[in-house]
Amino acid sequence: MNVLGPVDDIPLGEGRSYTVDGEMIAVFRLRDGSLRAVSAVCPHLGGPLADGQIDNRVVVCPLHLNAWDLTTGCSKSGQPPISVYPVREDHGRILLGE
Amino acid sequence: MTQKLVVIGNGMAGARTVEEILARNGDYAVTMFGDEPYGNYNRIMLSNLLAGVETEDGIFLNDLAWYRENGITLNTGTRIERIDASARTVYDAEGNGTRYDKLIIATGSHAWVPPIKGIHRPGRGYHQGVFAFRTLDDTRGMIRYARDHERAVVIGGGLLGLEAARGLQSHVSHVTLLHAMGHLMNTQLDERAGEMLKGSVENKLGIDVIVNAMTSEILGKDRVTGVKLGDGTVIECDVVVVAAGIRPNTAMAADSGLSVERGIVVDDQMRVAGHEDVYAVGECAQHRGDLYGLVAPLWDQAKVLADHITGTTGVAYEGSRVSTKLKVAGIDVASMGLREPETDEDEVIVYNEPRKGIYKQLIIRDNVLVGATLVGDNRKAAALIQAFDRGLPLPDERAELIFDIGGAVEESPADMPDDVQVCNCNGVSKGAICGVVTGGCKTVSGVMDATRAGKGCGTCKPLVQRIVEWANGGEAEEDPAASWYVPGVPMPKPELMIAIRKYRLTSVSSVFEKLVPGGTHDAKSKMGLASLLKMMWADEYVDERDARFINDRVHANIQRDGTFSVVPQMKGGVTTPGQLRKIAEVAEKYDVPMVKLTGGQRIDLLGVPKEKLPAMWADLDMPSGYAYAKSFRTVKTCVGSDFCRFGVGDSTALGIALEERYQGLEGPGKMKLAVSGCPRNCAESYVKDVGVVAIDGGKWEIYVGGAAGAHIRKGDLLTTVSSADEVITLTGRFLQYYRENANWLERTYSFVPRIGVDRIREIVVDDADGIALALDAAVQQAVQAYRDPWKERSDPATPGQFRTSLPLTVLPQVPVRG
Ligand code: SRM
Ligand SMILES: Cc1cc2nc3c(=O)[nH]c(=O)nc-3n(C[C@H](O)[C@H](O)[C@H](O)COP(=O)(O)OP(=O)(O)OC[C@H]3O[C@@H](n4cnc5c(N)ncnc54)[C@H](O)[C@@H]3O)c2cc1C
Ligand code: SF4
Ligand code: FES
Repeated sequence: MNVLGPVDDIPLGEGRSYTVDGEMIAVFRLRDGSLRAVSAVCPHLGGPLADGQIDNRVVVCPLHLNAWDLTTGCSKSGQPPISVYPVREDHGRILLGE
Repeated sequence: MTQKLVVIGNGMAGARTVEEILARNGDYAVTMFGDEPYGNYNRIMLSNLLAGVETEDGIFLNDLAWYRENGITLNTGTRIERIDASARTVYDAEGNGTRYDKLIIATGSHAWVPPIKGIHRPGRGYHQGVFAFRTLDDTRGMIRYARDHERAVVIGGGLLGLEAARGLQSHVSHVTLLHAMGHLMNTQLDERAGEMLKGSVENKLGIDVIVNAMTSEILGKDRVTGVKLGDGTVIECDVVVVAAGIRPNTAMAADSGLSVERGIVVDDQMRVAGHEDVYAVGECAQHRGDLYGLVAPLWDQAKVLADHITGTTGVAYEGSRVSTKLKVAGIDVASMGLREPETDEDEVIVYNEPRKGIYKQLIIRDNVLVGATLVGDNRKAAALIQAFDRGLPLPDERAELIFDIGGAVEESPADMPDDVQVCNCNGVSKGAICGVVTGGCKTVSGVMDATRAGKGCGTCKPLVQRIVEWANGGEAEEDPAASWYVPGVPMPKPELMIAIRKYRLTSVSSVFEKLVPGGTHDAKSKMGLASLLKMMWADEYVDERDARFINDRVHANIQRDGTFSVVPQMKGGVTTPGQLRKIAEVAEKYDVPMVKLTGGQRIDLLGVPKEKLPAMWADLDMPSGYAYAKSFRTVKTCVGSDFCRFGVGDSTALGIALEERYQGLEGPGKMKLAVSGCPRNCAESYVKDVGVVAIDGGKWEIYVGGAAGAHIRKGDLLTTVSSADEVITLTGRFLQYYRENANWLERTYSFVPRIGVDRIREIVVDDADGIALALDAAVQQAVQAYRDPWKERSDPATPGQFRTSLPLTVLPQVPVRG
C-alpha cells in the first residue's frame, strides 16, 4: 500500500503521474470523485497517458487518440490493454494498492 | 482429397469467385496470381478516389490478412505468362511452374490506347504526363502529377472519360474532354440524350467538351504541353488521360492455345471451350458472343462458377442484363438495355425538359422494360433498374415509371426474395443486408459500411434504406454521430446552441449532465464543447480545465516524445534583432534540441519538457503564438509597399494589425491568414482561410475558404474593399460567422463551399440577414476577452499544471540537431 499524496493534487477530470517502485503510474480523478490508476505509458507508441482526456469510463491518449477503459484496462480501439491498479481515497489522500 | 485451385488475376472477378467458393465450403487449396502489387480493391471506386471523395483505405475489398485467414496463397506482383493445359501447370515470368487441378482465368482488361503520334516515348512507356485510367497505380500517378499541373485533357467521352474528367477537376484548374464520336456516352445514350449531357457537363461542371474530336498528336518534347486534333486545333495542356476504351487481357490465354475470339470463349458453366478444368470469368470472358465491361455480370458469373465447381449440377449462366450509372456528383445519367427502339412495335415513352437538362426515355416490349435512359434526374433509376433486371410487369399508368406521382412501382422489401441483388456495384443481396441488421447493426450508414451496399454508384441507396428499415421492423435507427456537433451529445450544432442558451449551460460538464440522456460524459466531445461554449459565453464561460486537450492546458503543442513546442508570437512574420537575440538566448539556456523556422513565418523551439515551459515563457517574455489550439494562428505577410518594388499596399502593416486584433481567437478549426502586397501573392493569400491581396488603386481583395494543407483549394473572392479598416472589419465578421456556424473541426475550405460564397457575401458584406452588427459585436467581445495564456506561468490554473507526465521508461527519442 502506497500513499501517493493529497487527492487535491489532481484536479477534477484530470490525471497526474507518479513513480511507484520504479514504475510510472497515471492516476485520474474522475468527475464523479472516484480515482483510477493505470500504467502511465501508452502501449501504442509510448504517449503520456496522464496528459490524456478522460470521462467516467475511458482515457484517450493525447498522441494518437486511442482509448482505454479505465476500469478494465481494455482498449476501445484495438490496442493492447493497459495495466490497472487498485486505488482509493482515504481522508484526502490517494492510496494505491490493495 | 483437397484439390489445387489456381486463379490467374486477383481483380474483382477472381477474388469474388474465390469468395463465393469459400462461402460454399469448397474443398480447395487456393493459389492466386495477380500482377498488381496489392490485395483486391474495388476498381470502380478509383473514380471516387481520383475525385477525392474516397480514400485508398476505403476501396480495399480484401486485404492481405483476408487471404491469410482463408488459407489462400497470394502471389502479388506476379504475372502468369503461359498455361500448359496438358501438364496442368501455369508459369510465371521467371519460369516458376504451379500445378493445378482446376484453373480460373480472371485477367480482366487493359486500357486501350489509340495509336496517337507522340503518346508513347520509345522504350519508356507513356509520354511524361500521359496516363491511362485502369489501376490503382494509374490513379496514384495521375493524382501525384496532376496536383502540380494546371490543365488536363481527357481523351474519351464515355463513362470512364467523364468520371476521369470530373475527378481531375479536384486537382487541376481546367479540364477539356475530347470525344471522337458525335455525342457523349454514345454506347449508352442516343443523340438527344448525349447532347443534353454535354450541356450539363459544360455548364454545371465547367468542363469543356469537344465532340467529333480526333486526337492526332500529343505535343511536347520532354513532357506533354498540348494535344493536336485532326483539324489542326491545338489544346494546351500538361496532363493527358486516355479513357478511350478497354480490351480484354487474352493474349496469354491465346498464346497458350486456348480458344480466344474477342475474349476467352466460355460455355454456360464458364468453362473454356474444350478444356474440362479451365474456366474464365470477368471481363476477359466471352459468353454467348458477349463481353461485359461492368461488375454486375461478373457477380452473376462468379456465383455460377462457384456453384459448378463445388459440385452443384445443372447451374448455367445465361448472360446478364446490364445497367450503368455515371458516378459524377450533380450529373445524373443512368441507362439500361436498349438505347433506341428496335421495332415499330416497341413502345417508346419520352419526357424532355431541355431548360433543366432532363431527358427520360423508356422502351417497353410486351409490357416489360427493355431499355431506359435517364439524364438529369435519376430519382426513378433504382426502381427502373429493378423492373428491367427482373422483367417485372409494368404499371398501366406509364407516367408512374418516370415520375413520382404516388402510385409506387417500388416493390416492398417484404416481397423480395432473399437472394435478390440490391447493390449491383458491390454485389450485395437483400439477404446479406438483412443479416447485418439482424446481427445488431441498425443504421443505414452502418449497414452500408459493413456490406458496402450503396457505396458504388449510389443508385440503390434508397432501396438499401428501405430494406434496413423493413428488416428493423419499420424504421432504421438514425446514424447517431453523422449530424451531431460532437459524438457524445446527440444534437446538431444549431439545436445544441439553442439548448445551451435556453438552460444557460456555461460549462462542459453541465452540457453533458443536462443534454445527454443519463448524463454520460464523453472524453472525445470535451474539446469541441469547450470551444463552442467559449465562443458563446466569452468571459461568462466556466473554464473546466479537464475539458481542454493537453495542448490547450499547457499552451504548447505535444510532440511524439511527450515534450512540447514553444512558438512565440511574431506578428506578420516581422521580428527584430532584439527578439531574435532573446529567442537565441532562451534556446541556449534551455538546451532546446531544435530551433526551426515554421511554415507560418515564425520560430519554433521544439522538444521542451512540460515543467520547463513556464520558466521559458518568462525568459522569452513574448506572447504565445497559438501554434497549438483550434484558433487564429498566423497572418503571413510579404514585405509589401514599404520595400518591394511591386508592392501596391502595405501588406505588412495590415497583417500585423489583423494579428494584433484577432490573436488567440478560438474557433471550430484553425484560422490561418495572409496578406500580400500585390497579386504576385508572395504570402500565398489565395490558399488561406482568409487571404488579402492588395491591388492597384489602393484596394484590397479578400479571399475566404482557401487551403494548401491536406486539401488544396483556391479561396473564393468575398469582396474588394478600399481600406485596411474595412479588411479588418470584414475579416472579423467572416470569422465570427464561421465560428458560429461551422461544425467542429470543419475548416473554412469545407465551410465556405458548404454554405456557398454567394450566401456568405450576402450575410457578411451586404448584411442581407441584418446580423452584421451582432457579428461585429460578438467578435469584439471575444477580442476583449483575450488574455495571453503564457501569463499563466506565474499563476498556474491547476495544481501540477506543468508537472511532467513523462514516464521514466524511455520514450521514442527525437534526434537532437546541432
Ligand atoms: C511547425 C509547423 C511545421 C514547420 O516546421 O514549419 C507545423 C506543424 C504541425 N502542423 Fe501544420 N505546421 C506548420 C504549418 C502548416 C501550414 C502552413 C501555414 O500555416 O502557412 C499548413 C497548411 C495550411 C493549413 O493549415 O491548411 C499546415 C497544415 C497542417 C494540417 C492540415 C490541416 C488541413 O486541414 O488541411 C495539420 C493537421 C490538422 O490540423 O489536423 C497540421 C498539424 C500540425 C501539427 C500541429 C501536428 C500535431 O498535431 O502535432 C504539427 C505541430 C508541430 C509543433 O508542435 O509545432 N498542419 N501546417 C508549421 C507551424 C506554422 C506556425 O508557425 O504556426
Ligand atoms: C475507373 C473505373 C471505374 C469503373 N466504374 C465502374 C462502375 O461504376 N460500374 C461498373 O459496373 N464497372 C465499373 N468499372 C469496370 C469494372 O471495374 C470492371 O468491370 C471490373 O473490374 C472487371 O473485373 P475483372 O476481375 O474482370 O478485371 P480486373 O478487375 O481488371 O482484374 C483483373 C486482374 O488480373 C490481373 N492480371 C491480368 N493479367 C494477368 C496475368 N497474366 N497474370 C497475373 N495477373 C494478371 C490484372 O492486373 C488485374 O489485377 C470501372 C472501371 C474503372 C477502371
Ligand atoms: S507535415 Fe506532418 S510531420 Fe510535418 S509538421 Fe506537419 S503534421 Fe508534422
Ligand atoms: S502513443 Fe498513445 S495512442 Fe499513440
